Order: sequence, then C-alpha cells, then structure tokens
Amino acid sequence: MLVRSPQAALQRLFDEVGSVDQIGIDERVAKYGTRSVKKSAKLWGLRTAVTMVDLTTLEGKDTPGKVASLCQKALRPHDDASIPPVAAVCVYPSMVRHARRALGNNSSVRIASVATAFPSGQAPLKTRLAEVKAAVADGADEIDMVINRGAFLAGEFGRVQDEISAVVTACGTATLKVILEVSELETYDSIRAASFLAMRVIRPGDFIKTSTGKTSLNATLGNNQVMLEAIRDFYLDTGVAIAMKPAGGIRTSKQALTFLIAVKETLGDAWLNNTRYRFGASSLLNDLLRQLEKEKTGAYQAPYYFSEAAESY
Amino acid sequence: MARLPITKTPKVYVGGAFIRSESARVFPLRDAAGDFFANIPQCTRKDLRNAVEAAAKAGPGWAKRTAYNRGQILYRLAEMIEARAGEMAAAITLGGTTPSAAAREVAAAVDRLIYYAGWTDKYEQVLGNVNPVAAPYFNFTVTEPMGIIGVIAPDEAPLLALISLIAPAITSGNTVVALASTTQPYPAILLGEMLATSDLPGGVVNLLTGFRAEMIPTFATHTHLRAISAVVNAAERKALALGAAESVKRTILLKAEEKRDWFASALQGVDAIRDTVEFKTTWHPVGA
Repeated sequence: MLVRSPQAALQRLFDEVGSVDQIGIDERVAKYGTRSVKKSAKLWGLRTAVTMVDLTTLEGKDTPGKVASLCQKALRPHDDASIPPVAAVCVYPSMVRHARRALGNNSSVRIASVATAFPSGQAPLKTRLAEVKAAVADGADEIDMVINRGAFLAGEFGRVQDEISAVVTACGTATLKVILEVSELETYDSIRAASFLAMRVIRPGDFIKTSTGKTSLNATLGNNQVMLEAIRDFYLDTGVAIAMKPAGGIRTSKQALTFLIAVKETLGDAWLNNTRYRFGASSLLNDLLRQLEKEKTGAYQAPYYFSEAAESY
Repeated sequence: MARLPITKTPKVYVGGAFIRSESARVFPLRDAAGDFFANIPQCTRKDLRNAVEAAAKAGPGWAKRTAYNRGQILYRLAEMIEARAGEMAAAITLGGTTPSAAAREVAAAVDRLIYYAGWTDKYEQVLGNVNPVAAPYFNFTVTEPMGIIGVIAPDEAPLLALISLIAPAITSGNTVVALASTTQPYPAILLGEMLATSDLPGGVVNLLTGFRAEMIPTFATHTHLRAISAVVNAAERKALALGAAESVKRTILLKAEEKRDWFASALQGVDAIRDTVEFKTTWHPVGA
C-alpha cells in the first residue's frame, strides 16, 4: 500500500532546489560582523536603512490614534528634515483605513497590512482571501501574508503554492510579501525549500519575508542569508528578481548595517534599495536616528531624546 | 618541581562582567620599584559608551530598590572589601605607598561605605521637605536620583578617592561609570572583583581604566550622563564644562591642582549625596 510521507516529499523538494550547508552559512554570516563600516559609508548605510524600514505596530492594543502617530513618525522620523521618510507602515487590516486617512492618497510612505489570519494562518482559505481583499479595498499598498506552515510540514506543497497563488490574485496591484515564519520551519533546508515554493508563484518585485515577529526566534543573519542565496539562485535561473524582508529582532543600527552587508555581498547593489529590501521593525528606527544624530553632532545620544523611549530615565 | 607562575589578567568590571577593552589595547603597569606588574586594559570612548548602556539598563532597577535594601548592599560591599583588606592594601602599595598607609586607606574606604550605607534611608528626611503654602494643599519636595553619573577619579588615593566619589552617587539610586586613577589603576581592578560579590546589581557601578585624554571628551559630551563628579585639572575642567553645557549636565568638579586630605570627614556627608539628586515638588489637595 502506498502511504503519503511528508519526509519523502520534503526530501524530493530538497533534492530539486538544493540543500544548505548549515556550518558554511553560519561561518559566512559570522564574518559579516567583522566588516568595519565607518564615516561616509556608515552614514550612507544608516540613511539607506531608514528608507528601508517598514515601521510596524502589530499589537492587540493598537488604536486609530496610535496608528496615526506611527504614520506621522513614518513621514517625518526626526526633527532633522534631511532624514528621509521610511518605506512603509505595517499594521493590522482593521487599521489600514486609519493609516490611509493619516497618510493621505499621495504619500511616499506605503501602507502594508498583514493579512491571511496573521500570525498563525490557521483560518479557512475563504476567510483569509476575504481579509486580503478587504485590506486592499481599504487602501493597503502591500499585503504581508503568512504561508500555511502546517501544510508545508505535512508535505502538501501543491496546497501551499495554490494558496499563495490565490492570495496573489486577491492582491490585485498590491505588492505581496510572503512570510515563511522561519522559526516554525526549523531547518535551513526547509527555509530554502519554502523560499523556492513561494518564489515560483509570486510576481517580480514581490517579497519573501522571514518572520511574523510573534514567535521566539525572528530574523537572524543566518536565515536571512539562506533566503538571500535562494533569491540569488532563483534570479540566476529565471531572471526574476524577488525582494526580501527580514522582520523581528533587528533592533540596533549595527545589526541593520550587518544585514545590509549581507545583501551587498550576496545580491549586489541592485538590491540595496527599498523596492528590493526592507526591514520589518519598530524600535530599529529610533536607534538609526540615534546613530545618525551621533554622526552629525559627534556626541553619543541618550535614548530618551527620541520618541517612544524604551526606559524612564 | 617548580610550579609555573599563574599570572592574573586584569580586567575591568562593566555591566556585571569582567571585560577587556573593546580595542584590545592594554598598557603596562609597573610597581614602585619599576618592575613590570601587569597589563591594564586601555579603555576607549566606545568602552565608555558601552558602560553607559550597561548603567542605563541597571538604573531603573537600582533606583526602585528600597532605601533600606540599598543600605544593606552598600554595607555588604564594605564587608567584601574588609574581608580582602590585605590584598587591597598590597594593591595600593604598588604605587609606592607604605604598607601602613595603604592599610589605613583601605580601612578609611570601608568606613566611608559604611557611612553612606547608613545614609541611604536617611538623606530623604534631610533633603526632602513639606513646604508651607497659602492654600489647602500639601506641598512636598522629594528627591529623585539623576540617572547615570560619570566619575573621574584622581591619581592619588586610588581606592579611597574612587569610593568617595562613587558612594554618594549610588546611595540615592544613581548608577555610575567611573574612570579609575591612570597611574594606580590596580585597586580599581580589585574593587571590581569585590563589587561582583557584593549583591550590587551588575551595571550599577562600572569601572574603566585607561587614559583620561582619550575619554574626557566623551564624558563631557555624552548626553546620557546626567552629571560628572570628577577631580580634574584646568584644561580638563574646561573641556568638561563646555561639553556639559552643550548636553545640559551637572558638573561637580574638584581641582586636581589642590592638595586634599581624602581621609578628612569633611569630604563625606549629605551634601555629597545632594550633588547627584534632582528635586521634585508636588502639590496635593488636603483631604476633608
């Protein structure tokens, strides 16, 4: 009797897309931290990182007012008017219309909305698609969807891809970001395989994204590297350029610069802009502003000089 | 068979951990006879920045401790030094101090800590107040710790002077980033080891060693430091005053040119605690 085996299905997929040398990846990314980026290169990196931030609030306690102030911060991150606006704000679907009202229709800051029963993705497909359509109708420019990890780990790759395709259709003109939720995929091999499954059905310019930010393990240099290399290999095979968004756990400027070094050394300059690379983060922006101010004034800055101070004194 | 000598690598105590300088630089320390003693970490402005981050993390927790608990912990720190008094005195004699004078300095440093341990739950009664007002309100003035205090210790009295500057600041719940004596840094290295076993939370006192010229500009301009308590010369005073004006921080600057008796009881007191607290005055309606 023939029995469906998730292990066998995964193995066939690994054989097809290639597996990952985990030790090699970990050693490679450990080297990124040793690059010395100073002065004008650092300034360029910090400013570029600001333009790549998807300023995120995904809390049960989000209010229209909180989203409106997030939008103001996205447009004008700091007193210093020379600091550019961020790439996008990232909110729950119910907050999209409030964000649209705050940003207006001609804003350079885009509105990204998580959808498809974020963060678990455990809802009927019909419900998930309806959520996507509602968010787009409310004015979302970008949709961050989660893949069906249960189906992926059960070896039902066709179902995973069909669901992503259905969401692509539901997005219309909106950009799609496919969240793999790497912490639930467990191995670098699975992350690479899931990246390929997603890249084969999304459009050029759509994103693959590491995590929801709602689990213990978020974006790391290692899983970022695995996905960047998947994007590189897919681009070399097909000529289709897929964008990348690490999310969660990137809090310091130093980390952000190290991620940019990974992008530069893996994919090159063509990916060093906010149509090809984003950071899903909330506290990162404040640290970027803090370091930019340090570069400008020469004095180390106290964190409470910036909004959303994380501490009382 | 002769044993191989086990030499100690001196490390500085920052954020509750013993670290080398991020620059990996060291400078040689010689004893009074001019013989090599050890390599001391030559900390940089980035070590100072990291120490300030550590102090910021420890600050709210330390300030929230009860005054009584802070007193107990300061007392325990004194106990830890007392227990290793001989070792500490030997460290002080490296700089040429006589053994009896070194022992006297250790005893005075311990006594100074005990003195401030007693003040932790008493300075508020002295510095705070209920103010008379011409309306049906209570009007209270209470103190709050300022936050992170920069300390720059003089070269003389390498233990007693350092403790005399640090102790009043942490008594009220501040955290400290201190630069130890450049010519006699070893007592501060030992003090770090005693701090580590004193129940004082990591990050409340952070000790750096190195050269003043490399760190004073950063002490002056770092906006997260709320006050500077230092023994410095004229040029350093000017640099600190200019930077402090820019970043609006308080300066308590003693002149390095003047001779001062660190053993004197005039150098300790509630005034030194007042130097690093902020006053908050609140109005509260009188109940029926």
